[in-house]
Amino acid sequence: MDALANLADGFATALTPVNLLFAVVGVLLGTMIGVLPGIGPAMAIALLLPVTYSLEATQAFIMFAGIYYGGMYGGSTTSILLNTPGESASVVTAIEGNQMAKRGRAAQALATAAIGSFIAGTIGTMLVVLLAPSIVGLAVQMGAPDYFAVMVLAFVAVTSVLGASRVRGFCSLLLGLVIGLVGIDQTTGQQRLTFGVPQLADGIDVVVVAVGLFALGEALWVAAHLRHTSAQVIPTGAARMGRADWRRSWGPWLRGTAIGFPFGAVPAGGAEIPTFLSYVLEKRLSKHPEEFGHGAIEGVAGPEATNNASAAGGLVPLLTLGLPVTATAAVLLAAFQQYGIQPGPLLLENEPELVWGLLASLLIGNAILLVLNLPLAPVWAKLLRIPRPYLYAGILFFASIGGYAANGSTVDLVLLLVFGVLGFVMRRYGLPVLPAIIGVILGPRAELQLRRALQISDGELSGLANTWFSISVYAVVALVVLLPVLLRVLQRRQRGAGPGDGTTSEAPERVLHSSSEGRL
Amino acid sequence: MSRSTWSRSAATLAAVALATTACGTTAGDDEQDTAAASGPVSGLRVMVPNSPGSGYDQTARAATKAMEDAELAETVEVFNVAGAGGTVGLQRLVNEKGNGDLLMQMGLGVVGAEFTNKSQARLAETTPIAGLIEEAEVIVVPKDSPYTDLDALVEAWKADPGKLPVGGASNPGGPDHLTPMLLAEEVGLDPTTVNYVPYDGGGELLAGILGKKLAFAATGVSEVAEQAEAGEVKILAVTSEAPVEGVDAPTLKDEGIDLTFTNWRGLVAAPDVSEADRDKLIDLVTEMHDSPEWQEALETNGWTDAFMTGEEFETFLTSESERVQGVLSGLGLA
Repeated sequence: MDALANLADGFATALTPVNLLFAVVGVLLGTMIGVLPGIGPAMAIALLLPVTYSLEATQAFIMFAGIYYGGMYGGSTTSILLNTPGESASVVTAIEGNQMAKRGRAAQALATAAIGSFIAGTIGTMLVVLLAPSIVGLAVQMGAPDYFAVMVLAFVAVTSVLGASRVRGFCSLLLGLVIGLVGIDQTTGQQRLTFGVPQLADGIDVVVVAVGLFALGEALWVAAHLRHTSAQVIPTGAARMGRADWRRSWGPWLRGTAIGFPFGAVPAGGAEIPTFLSYVLEKRLSKHPEEFGHGAIEGVAGPEATNNASAAGGLVPLLTLGLPVTATAAVLLAAFQQYGIQPGPLLLENEPELVWGLLASLLIGNAILLVLNLPLAPVWAKLLRIPRPYLYAGILFFASIGGYAANGSTVDLVLLLVFGVLGFVMRRYGLPVLPAIIGVILGPRAELQLRRALQISDGELSGLANTWFSISVYAVVALVVLLPVLLRVLQRRQRGAGPGDGTTSEAPERVLHSSSEGRL
Repeated sequence: MSRSTWSRSAATLAAVALATTACGTTAGDDEQDTAAASGPVSGLRVMVPNSPGSGYDQTARAATKAMEDAELAETVEVFNVAGAGGTVGLQRLVNEKGNGDLLMQMGLGVVGAEFTNKSQARLAETTPIAGLIEEAEVIVVPKDSPYTDLDALVEAWKADPGKLPVGGASNPGGPDHLTPMLLAEEVGLDPTTVNYVPYDGGGELLAGILGKKLAFAATGVSEVAEQAEAGEVKILAVTSEAPVEGVDAPTLKDEGIDLTFTNWRGLVAAPDVSEADRDKLIDLVTEMHDSPEWQEALETNGWTDAFMTGEEFETFLTSESERVQGVLSGLGLA
């Protein structure tokens, strides 16, 4: 266990009182900035980069580790409490998290997010320590056909969150796909749906869409109905996670870690798609699928573990190849370069102390985050006892800050209002909001990978399924699509044969049930 | 690199000369007096037309830090106006007509974006202040690529351009896109037949090369230098005038292709600034360039010095703009 001995040295570097102080300061700063919607960990590190100029490299990286995890966690706090995702990776958290908060279970949602993040972050970082050199070779073999196959799988999974009415679900999804089209086409450089507005050329930020549809739409909806319904006070439940919460959380935490880490480690994986896959998976596996859409704790635990595991996975290509595969990793790379350190194949040989110190400080930052935030969860949850008019005014205020902060553009503020109104209209006519956001996230990526795969194969369709990975994913897709149909046929036959025999019907029922549930 | 070595030795020489005169006579004091009379510049703002952490952002922040550390300017504010490849920032700059306290960080990417984004605001309206740094592009192939030199690659490329996808980390109009297009033009290949595959940033592109998804790629030398040193990729040629220090590859000219093309960054000011303001800004940037703080920044970031000011930079901007427009209009993008 050479790696573990090195890690121990790393801890020796990181665990001095001064360095611990930097870790605490980093976690606090990161959480504070991460709480602002629109500012994710990448932006938080970029903004705080100049603060660390005067520090020596090890201390700076310890602080970054704190800011990083703090920022990740801060993003989920607003998702849960205010239905206002701080960054695209915590969009999915808002779905169940905010429902839990509305049912007086905000403290549990925050706690499961914090513990899940901690577990996933810790396992993920340990995986980096142990596996980095061996998995990175596999990771770069992933190409456009493989990514596109994963996108197809994700699109198939979408059908289970379309809501009670498939037609409305598809309308919402298509709406999202259209929003995703806005901007300059990366392959040809042509503008699409930009209407001559230069600020639209880069496309519309997912955070702006999500905050608009979720937070603003809901604030408007509540405002429109508050006069007619008596204001009900949000109940405040127990402050700690109960035994049932623990029992229902640990599975999603571990599964989320397993989904998130590989996505982070491959160059075009990202953190959004795995969170969404985790959500769908938890919904399918849950013993309480009827709770999804109404505050199921699994729907918070899974995605929150996933996005942290993905963040840890992103360190694999960064540290071993110098490949920044996420925005945060790119900023970290810039930070490395500020200290004259060039991450790449030679980094582990040239700067072992720094790398192991960084990994150790990630683990420390993670632990500090848990220690600081777990006791704070009930305190945060009290925020929701603010009377609704003030609470929603506050949400509007934070949402606007977030819409502006994402790109520092007033055009985004206008877009935010437009999406807020759209979110209101969608609620009015019973269109689920989630498929639209998934469309915005998935659409452009699927298109990019599809076209890239076809470009690389020079237009040959076979280029879409020319790797073992893509073929196996398509096989899974075929299974997911055909299995329910098959089971239904079998079930019908069974009913024909012997109507009293109901022993095997549990599984198919659950599948059918979950696909017709999940309204937002 | 040779240029930066040259300017560094020039700076050393100047410092030695100054020291000698200061020892012998009082001339040094006089000079210091005039410098003190103008004092450090205050109230300067530098706009970065893309997001925090980007290449432009790092350049602008390093430059302002050098200005502050060398006490040439007091508390320079750097702010980001991101969007549309820098043209949102460009529009903002053009709207600030006559503002002598504002600089915009820019570079080759903004020149291309001006065309691909059909920007209303034009770089030609702005006041060129100085070119700062440049970076060579490289033509790079995976290790074990069948193309062991540029000749072999170009020959195969000309035979069937569609079958040789070329990757780059910039969108159409950016440096990595322009490089293969200019190369194609130079070797007699129609740029519209080039199968250019854009990637999101250097990391993703590098994965495409390492995973052998691409026949070759064009990108900035710093993106792949480390991998080349480790033998993970092979650099067939660099696009700069002179070979790049520490990179074992010939220039395009050495390979018999008459093309030099580098990615560069510089500073422009708002349109119609007064002559005095323009001179003030040029002086400030010149003094910043001569400061040891900036030379140190060049070194830590691995940037190649490409300093030029005023008229010279203006001529350079115009010729680059024409060149980019030529390529992009052939592709239907300008």
